[in-house]
Formats: sequence, structure tokens, C-alpha cells
Amino acid sequence: PFKRYVEIGRVALVNYGKDYGKLVVIVDVVDQNRALVDAPDTVRSQMNFKRLTLTDIKIDINRVPKKKTLIDAMEKADVKNKWENSSWGRKLIVQKRRASLNDFDRFKLMLAKIKKAGIARQELAKLKKETAA
Amino acid sequence: MAAKRKTPVKTRNPDLIRGVGKYSRSKMYHKRGLWAIKAKHGGDVKKPLLNKRKPKPTKLRASITPGTVLILLAGRFMGKRVVFLKQLTSGLLLVTGPFKINGVPLRRVNQSYVIATSTKVDISGVNVEKFDDKYFAKEVEKKKKKGEGEFFEAEKEDKKTLPDEKKEDQKTVDASLIKSIEGVVDLKAYLAARFSLKSGMKPHELVF
Repeated sequence: PFKRYVEIGRVALVNYGKDYGKLVVIVDVVDQNRALVDAPDTVRSQMNFKRLTLTDIKIDINRVPKKKTLIDAMEKADVKNKWENSSWGRKLIVQKRRASLNDFDRFKLMLAKIKKAGIARQELAKLKKETAA
Repeated sequence: MAAKRKTPVKTRNPDLIRGVGKYSRSKMYHKRGLWAIKAKHGGDVKKPLLNKRKPKPTKLRASITPGTVLILLAGRFMGKRVVFLKQLTSGLLLVTGPFKINGVPLRRVNQSYVIATSTKVDISGVNVEKFDDKYFAKEVEKKKKKGEGEFFEAEKEDKKTLPDEKKEDQKTVDASLIKSIEGVVDLKAYLAARFSLKSGMKPHELVF
């Protein structure tokens, strides 16, 4: 029934608060509600589990590793690439890109969508003609 | 500098509430004894000092630089995307369509009715020195004598045509602008299109 567990080395996404959207690693469990959490670019701190969403990625570390060990372990497990190639990670990247679009970019996007739809419709019409003939 | 009094002057006109005094102008005239002061000095009273404050020119938003594409938010051309040229001494922004692209002529626009996008157009080939607020002043009409019969005729032309000189100005300003606009892909179509809020667009989340 459960596939993603809270364990030392579990990579999680922060879904609330100052570090919203960051990937962090659970390095220790404080109590039933809180975990000690660390990331290469943040200070090691405690976070409530409610602020985290577990991902599929897990790395191999001991309890509360030193920053350098943590970074090395993350490199070895290639967390960054695994995340950016996962469908969840890719979706987040697309969302961020869409939110940062300029007014001009949105206009160009609209033109591209219309063009794509036009080409698809042309192909469809061609196929329809072939089956009808 | 006048010498400071030992005791500060007590106001003769206490406030009922902020902005409203207890005594009217005529009562205050009598209270201050201006009738006597005038009689003493033969009609000359000390006048309060003139207010020489000059209002500062409107501060231009950091996002608006020459060549920025602006979105007009109000007026006849609302929604039109337009190129910013310079800020005039009155604080208003000088703006042009360019006219051939979207029908917006050389026009003044208030900064508050404008969204600045981050799209910039190369404006180096344009000379905007000659345009100032006087250029846009309304033409003064010569007063005609009122004639009984003329009231019922249409004595003025319905439309006042733009003088050719202004049309030429528009063309020269737009010539170099249009060249730099055509250098960027899709920019011409972008300026020709109007902006509108569509379903799902949240203005506070949009990046312009």
C-alpha cells in the first residue's frame, strides 16, 4: 500500500514555507511529526512532515552526515538528474517556465500553438481524404 | 532671519477639528486688528510670504526606459501595445504606435495608465528632441463674431484635419522604429495585436 517511506536518505520536496519548491534530504527523525532535513544549499534544520512531500528518490547516507558527505552522496546517486528527468520534476520545470513567460513570449506561444494546430488539422484532412477516397 | 520670540505665539483661531477654525475670516480680521494696522500704516499690511514651491517632475518607473513596449490601459487605445519614446517635462510619457502598425499616433500618456513590459525596441535611430508639451497643445480657435443667422448653420468643419507637418513628423519617427521592429521576429504582429485578460490569467501572477 505505501511505496515511499520516511527514512534517512529519503529525498523530499518542500511544499510550504520559505524554502518552497526545494529538494531536501531527510537526515534524521526528531519525533512523530518532525524530521531533521538538509540540502546542499540550505542550513540543516527541522521541518514538520506536513511541509514535505516524499519523492521516489533515496540516497545512501548515515544518520546526520556532514555537509560534504551529504553532497558527495547526492552526487553519487545523481539526485539532480534523476529528479529533472522524472515526470514530476519535468512538470515542475515546465510550470516554472510558464510562470516566467514575458507578455511577448506569451504572444509567440499563442502563434506557435495556432501553427501547430493548423498543421495537425491539415494532416488530419489529408488522412480523411485518403480514407474517403 | 527674524529674531525668535521668547514665548511662542498663541494661535488666535483654535481648531474645532483639523482643518476647521473656530472663527470666520471676517471675525479673524477684527481679532487681529487689521483695521487698526491698516489705518496706522495707510492701507499696507504685511502679506504672508508667497508659496514658491515647484512640484517635482513625476518620477519615472525604473521599468520604463526609452524603447520599452508599454500596454495602454485606458482611453481610445486601451489594450494597444505601444513603444515608449521619452518622458516630457510635464511628466507624461511620449509614445508612438508606430502608427502604421497599430494606429496609435505620437501621443502623450500618463504613467499610471500603463503597464511596462520587459520587451525593448531599439530606439537609437529616432530623434525625439523636437517633441515637447507645447507640440501637443490644442489649436487656439479664432473667435468669430456672433451672427444671428450663422447659429443655425454648421459654420465649422466637422473634423479638424491634422496639419501635414505633424503627419510628416509621425512618418520620420516611425521610419527608423519600424526598421528595428521588423528586425525582431513576430514583434510587428505583437505590436499590432491588442492585449486582453483571458480566462485563467491572474494579473498579480503574470510577468510582463
